[in-house]
Amino acid sequence: MQLGELLLVALQSVRANLFRSMLTMLGIIIGVASVITMLAVGAGARGAVDKQIEALGAGLLSIRPGQVFQMGVAKASEKLDIDDVTALLTDGATVAAAVPERSGMEQIKFMNQNRNLRVVGTTANFAVVQDYSIDAGRMFDAADDVAKRAVVVLGAKVPPMFDETAESIVGKTIYIRGLAFRVEGVFREKGTTGFRNVDEQAWVPLNTGRYRLFGTTALDLISVKPMRGVGMQQAIVDIERIMRREHQIRPGQNNDFSIQDPRQFLDFQQTAANIFAYLLASIASVSLVVGGIGIMNIMLVTVTERTREIGIRKALGATRFSILVQFLIEAMIICLLGGAIGVLLGLGVSRLLTAVAGWQATVSLTAIAMAFGFSAGVGLFFGLWPARKAARMDPIAALRYE
Amino acid sequence: MSTAGEPVITIRGIGRSYAMGDAVVHALRGVDLDVARGEYVAIMGPSGSGKSTLMNIIGCLDRPDTGEYTLNGRQVARMGDSELAHVRNREIGFVFQTFNLLQRATALRNVELPLVYAGVGRHERHERASAALVRVGLAERMHHRPNELSGGQRQRVAIARALINRPSILLADEPTGNLDSHTATEILATFDELHAAGNTIVLVTHDDEVAHRARRIIRLRDGKIETDIAHA
Ligand SMILES: Nc1ncnc2c1ncn2[C@@H]1O[C@H](COP(=O)(O)OP(=O)(O)OP(=O)(O)O)[C@@H](O)[C@H]1O
Ligand SMILES: [Mg+2]
Repeated sequence: MQLGELLLVALQSVRANLFRSMLTMLGIIIGVASVITMLAVGAGARGAVDKQIEALGAGLLSIRPGQVFQMGVAKASEKLDIDDVTALLTDGATVAAAVPERSGMEQIKFMNQNRNLRVVGTTANFAVVQDYSIDAGRMFDAADDVAKRAVVVLGAKVPPMFDETAESIVGKTIYIRGLAFRVEGVFREKGTTGFRNVDEQAWVPLNTGRYRLFGTTALDLISVKPMRGVGMQQAIVDIERIMRREHQIRPGQNNDFSIQDPRQFLDFQQTAANIFAYLLASIASVSLVVGGIGIMNIMLVTVTERTREIGIRKALGATRFSILVQFLIEAMIICLLGGAIGVLLGLGVSRLLTAVAGWQATVSLTAIAMAFGFSAGVGLFFGLWPARKAARMDPIAALRYE
Repeated sequence: MSTAGEPVITIRGIGRSYAMGDAVVHALRGVDLDVARGEYVAIMGPSGSGKSTLMNIIGCLDRPDTGEYTLNGRQVARMGDSELAHVRNREIGFVFQTFNLLQRATALRNVELPLVYAGVGRHERHERASAALVRVGLAERMHHRPNELSGGQRQRVAIARALINRPSILLADEPTGNLDSHTATEILATFDELHAAGNTIVLVTHDDEVAHRARRIIRLRDGKIETDIAHA
C-alpha cells in the first residue's frame, strides 16, 4: 500500500473525528508552545546578558574600599589610594592596567542652566581600558592630569541637557562647583550598565578632581584589567596579595577592601531566565507526556471502534505492517497538527513576552524543527501500542466484532 | 496457470471448536475435503452446521485447531503474515454472508480496496472498480455509501469487490440470500462465466436451485460432511 494512500486514509479519519482529535491535541499544543517559548526565552536571555557583558567592558575587576570592624562596630574605610594603583601596576604580575576613580555628585552650570551630575576623577587611560570612545574633541591626557588642568570630558547625554551638541560644546566653559572647566571632549553613547547611566556623567583628570573638587586622596574604585590569558580567579588572588601587603593586613585579619567581578550580578539575571526556562521545560515535558497519553487513549478508542474495518482490510489483503503504519500515521498526523498549532501559539506567547516583559524572545527555525520533532516523536511513541494492537488483530475475530 | 483437475484445496481432518464459557462448541469435527482446480462446489447444510466456519478456514481468515490445510500445494499453517495477506488479496475472492463493506467508504472505494493492497495505481484502480460496478448494475450507485444502498445492492458491491482482483478461487457465503430472483439469476450467471473461464468456486447456499448450478454438492451436519455428491 502506497504512502499517499495511507496518508489519505489517516487524514479522512482525523477529519471524521475532528472535534475529538482537536481535544486530544490540546496537551501536544500546550507542550509544543512551551517548548517554543522556552527556547525563545533562553535564547533571548542569553542575548541580553551577552549585550550587557559587552557594555560592561571585557572582564574588569573592581576593587572598592571595604568595611573594617573595630570592636564590633562597622566603620567605612577610606583606605584606597593612588599608592595602591602604583603597587598593583609595578608588582601585579597579572595586572595589565589599573584605572583609579573618585567620583561625587556635583553642581554643574553651563550658561544659566544648572544640573546635578556625577563627576568622575580618573586617569587618562580610563577611556582605553573601559572601552569608551570619543565622539568629539579629545580625551584628557597624562599631562593634563599632572598639571591638574581644569578640563572635562562629558558623557554623550550631557550636551543635550544644555541644548548643545557634542561638537558645539567642545571648547566651551562649564562650571563645576563654581570652578571653570574647559570641555575637552564628549564620549560616544555607552548605554546603561546595570545601575548607573554613565552617559550622564562627566570626567576630569584624577589630580584635578582630587585638589579642586573632592579634597581627598581617597579613591572609591580601582578597575583592574588582567593580563591576556589570565583567569579572573588567578587575578583576584594576585590583587588580594598585593592589596593586603600595601594595607599591612596581618594574616588572619579581614580585608579592608573588596574585589568584585562585575559580571557576577549578570549571573543572577541568567539564573532567573534559566529558572523560567526550566519551568517551561517541565510544563512542556509534562504536557507532552499527558498529551501523548491522550493520543494513546484516543487511538485505542479508534482502534476498537474500527475493529471491523481492520478485519475487512485484513481479509482483503492488508498486511500487519500496513495496518500498523496506517494507525501510526493517524497518531502522528494528530500530533503534528497539534504541533503546528502549538508552534503558532508559542510564536504568539514569545511575541507577547517581548512586548510585555521586554525580553528579547527570539524563535529560531531550529526551535520550530525541534518542536515538530518532539510532536512526531510523541505520536510515534504513544501511537505505537494502539497501532500494534490493531495490526495484531485476528481477522475473523475482527470481522465478527459488533 | 495450472491446468484443471489438479488439487487446489486439500483439507485433512480439520477441526475447529470455540470455548463458550465452560462449554465447548465444536463447529467442525474432522472434515476431509479436496477441491480440484476449476471445480464448482456448493456447500449446504442446516444453520449452525459449520458452513461459514469452513469457508473462513478455506479463505485463510481462520486457522483450524487440528488437521491440515494445503492451498495450491502450500501448507497454510506455515505461511507468514505477508504471505497470508498476499493469498487473501490475489488468490481468494470472498463474498461474506454479512457483506463486510467499509461503512464510511463509497461503493467505488470499497471495490477499489483489494486493488489498493495489490499496489495498483489510482487511475487504473478507478477504471477497473467502476467497470466492475457497472457489470453488477450499480453504475448509478457508485458514490453511495453502504448505508444508502439496499441489501441486494450491498451484496452486489461485495461481489464486485470479491471479483476485482481476478482471484482463482471465489468463496461466496450465501451470495444470493438477499437478492430478488432476477438479480440472483444475473449473479449466478456471472459465477457460471467465471467457472467456464476456469475459476474455482465454492459457495454456501440454502437454495437447492442455486446448489444445482454447481457440479458438486457437499452437505454438512454438526461439523461433519454428511454427503459429497458430484453430478453432471
Ligand atoms: N466465534 C464463535 N464463537 C462461538 N461459537 C461460534 C463462533 N463462530 C461460530 N460458532 C458456532 O459454531 C457453529 C457453526 O457456526 P457457523 O457460523 O459455521 O454456522 P453456519 O453453518 O454458517 O450457519 P448459518 O447457515 O446460520 O450461517 C455454530 O454453532 C456457532 O454457534
Ligand atoms: Mg454461515
